[in-house]
Amino acid sequence: MTPQNPEVIAAIAGTMRSSISRRRLLRAAGLGGVAMVAAACGASDEALGGGGAGGQAVAQDVGAAEDMSAVDKLINWSNWPLYIDIDDATGSRPSLEEFQKLTGFEVVYTEDVNDNNEFYAKVRTQLEQGQDIGRDIVVLTDWMAALWVQNGFVQKLNKDLIPNWTNLVPKYLYTSWDPGRQYSLPWQSGFGCFGWNKGQLKEALGTDTLVSVDQLFDPKLKGRVSVLSEMRDTMGVLLAAQGSDPSNFTDDDFNKAIETLTQQVDNGQIRQVTGNDYAGALESGDLIAVIGWSGDMIQLGPDFGVGLPETGGTLWTDNMMIPALAAHKRNAELLMNYYYDPEIAAQVAAYVQYICPVDGAQEAMRSIDPALADNQWIFPDAKTLSQSYVFMTLTEEKDVEYQRAFQKAIGG
Amino acid sequence: MAAAVPQAGGQAPPASVVQRKSRTGYVLLFPGMAWLAVFFAIPLVTLFATSLQSPIEGRTGRYKPGLEIGNYASALSEYWPQFLRSFLYAGVATVLALAIAYPLAYFIAFRAGKWRSLMLVLVIAPSFASFLLRTYAWKTILADEGPITSTLNALHLLPDGRILNTWIAVIAGLTYNFLPFMILPLYAALEKIDPRLIEAASDLYASPQTAFRKVTWPLSMPGVVAGTLLTFIPAAGDYINAELLGSPKNRMIGNEIQTNFIEYRDYPTASALSFILMTIILVMVFTYIRRAGTEDLV
Repeated sequence: MTPQNPEVIAAIAGTMRSSISRRRLLRAAGLGGVAMVAAACGASDEALGGGGAGGQAVAQDVGAAEDMSAVDKLINWSNWPLYIDIDDATGSRPSLEEFQKLTGFEVVYTEDVNDNNEFYAKVRTQLEQGQDIGRDIVVLTDWMAALWVQNGFVQKLNKDLIPNWTNLVPKYLYTSWDPGRQYSLPWQSGFGCFGWNKGQLKEALGTDTLVSVDQLFDPKLKGRVSVLSEMRDTMGVLLAAQGSDPSNFTDDDFNKAIETLTQQVDNGQIRQVTGNDYAGALESGDLIAVIGWSGDMIQLGPDFGVGLPETGGTLWTDNMMIPALAAHKRNAELLMNYYYDPEIAAQVAAYVQYICPVDGAQEAMRSIDPALADNQWIFPDAKTLSQSYVFMTLTEEKDVEYQRAFQKAIGG
Repeated sequence: MAAAVPQAGGQAPPASVVQRKSRTGYVLLFPGMAWLAVFFAIPLVTLFATSLQSPIEGRTGRYKPGLEIGNYASALSEYWPQFLRSFLYAGVATVLALAIAYPLAYFIAFRAGKWRSLMLVLVIAPSFASFLLRTYAWKTILADEGPITSTLNALHLLPDGRILNTWIAVIAGLTYNFLPFMILPLYAALEKIDPRLIEAASDLYASPQTAFRKVTWPLSMPGVVAGTLLTFIPAAGDYINAELLGSPKNRMIGNEIQTNFIEYRDYPTASALSFILMTIILVMVFTYIRRAGTEDLV
């Protein structure tokens, strides 16, 4: 599970180069100054069984960089905001600190993924030109992850270093874009579903449960409704509501749902199309009902309701991947392995309240917080899952075509 | 330099000094010019080249160099409403900012006395907080259940029953965010006016209104022109206010440029839109400066 494990150390040693190239020195110097260079020089000799164990670099797939893992005890991890356990009193991240303590690695954890498209726009040029984007792990949603895999922007995972990967809940194993999970491992999943302010909804509609899209578009809620700017979640809910299958629909189905959306934006029913912003607007009372993300709304507390539409919501997964040319691939793999330990996974899930993809975490949860172990939003059963759809996989061309139609609808 | 100073006073400096002086000028100019070349001129050329690119068949989001003038026509025909809206919102915000800023700048320049410095600091102080944060704060100020909206609603003054996520909020946000850029040039211009000129006007039987119209206002023109430009230009290209305070119906051209770049990965259209925006603003600014008759601004 950690480098204390002799197998892992052997694996690292097996791929260590015995000599230090100029580039590596420069890299190290750039990363940590003179001290780092000194460490780099020392590392190759003493490291892990001495030069003899090193020998040569192992052949790596395309897009792999010279791995600096053994030289820099560093991992650069880009993730979404509020997507890992946080100690509310100190602001620290307990599971991550534990990992750093166990391994002696430094994890630079940056919450700079706010939107799949935005993040892609930020790093795309470097990826296309075959440059390192300075991140060892990124967490991206299925469809964006698919785009990275198709374009060769990620590296194949070395499963020998991630023995815990067998804890992956089997249904995640087969995706159309990464069958067998060679390039990605799920971080968390969630639902695109309804969220609402119970008190205000009761006042407006006479019920404190929102179950259908018809209710969402009830004129009594005019100007107090928002939908997600994530096309797949909003359109998935609308497609399901009109009786189409969001996992397998036609252009006509899509256009019909777009018509509904356009109408609701034009008549002022939908006040805003947002990313994470809706949570604040629900709290301030500006919004009464939204299409949002399950975990966000559970975190709002008991005054707010969260539920899948009776016609079905969307189910998405955010995936950990190692970008091409990432400098600390092995470290990143060790970190992935750590988070696939059921205990650790349960610890994260207890905080973020999104769906946990790790088998055994449910059992581990019983000792952390027994109430959460049967929580349908973290460990959904077959019935809950049957109420949700994974959005159809689109080609990049189709994706842009649909994005355009969607933006046009919400652009007024 | 000091060694080259001519010994005799009143004598023209020798040619070598003149030459050295002019060379010093270039040396001093170099960092600025290099900065502009690298971070302005080259990106501008790249942007223009991008705006003429054509898509590679079958490869979404990839483009090849070209001379696709049609990008401009299609961008304009698709997004003219957002252009109009941007200029309308920016125009209204500029007029409002002028109306708010002029009396304030006048007061600071002529009446504030020992409070002058403090008031100037107060004008600039909000800029110490991030632009984004200040705009987020407006969401709270204008919230449906907040005091402002409730009061106006009680008086039945709001057509939609709310301010947030309407054009009113967008224009209010633009006005607020660019107000300091209006106040400071106005203050600088007004502060330079010699009060004796206004006294002279009233000595010559000008009413206060006439004195203002004939003396103060014309002399403050450089400030008015600079202030309106500094407000209008960034406001027309802004997208944060429309994004955070507007509804889907209040999207400005900045939002469309952003969407084209990031959501559609349609770089040529986004670049063409940027260029059209720049051109329109340039034309407007030139016409305006001509009209205002202050070529000797600065």
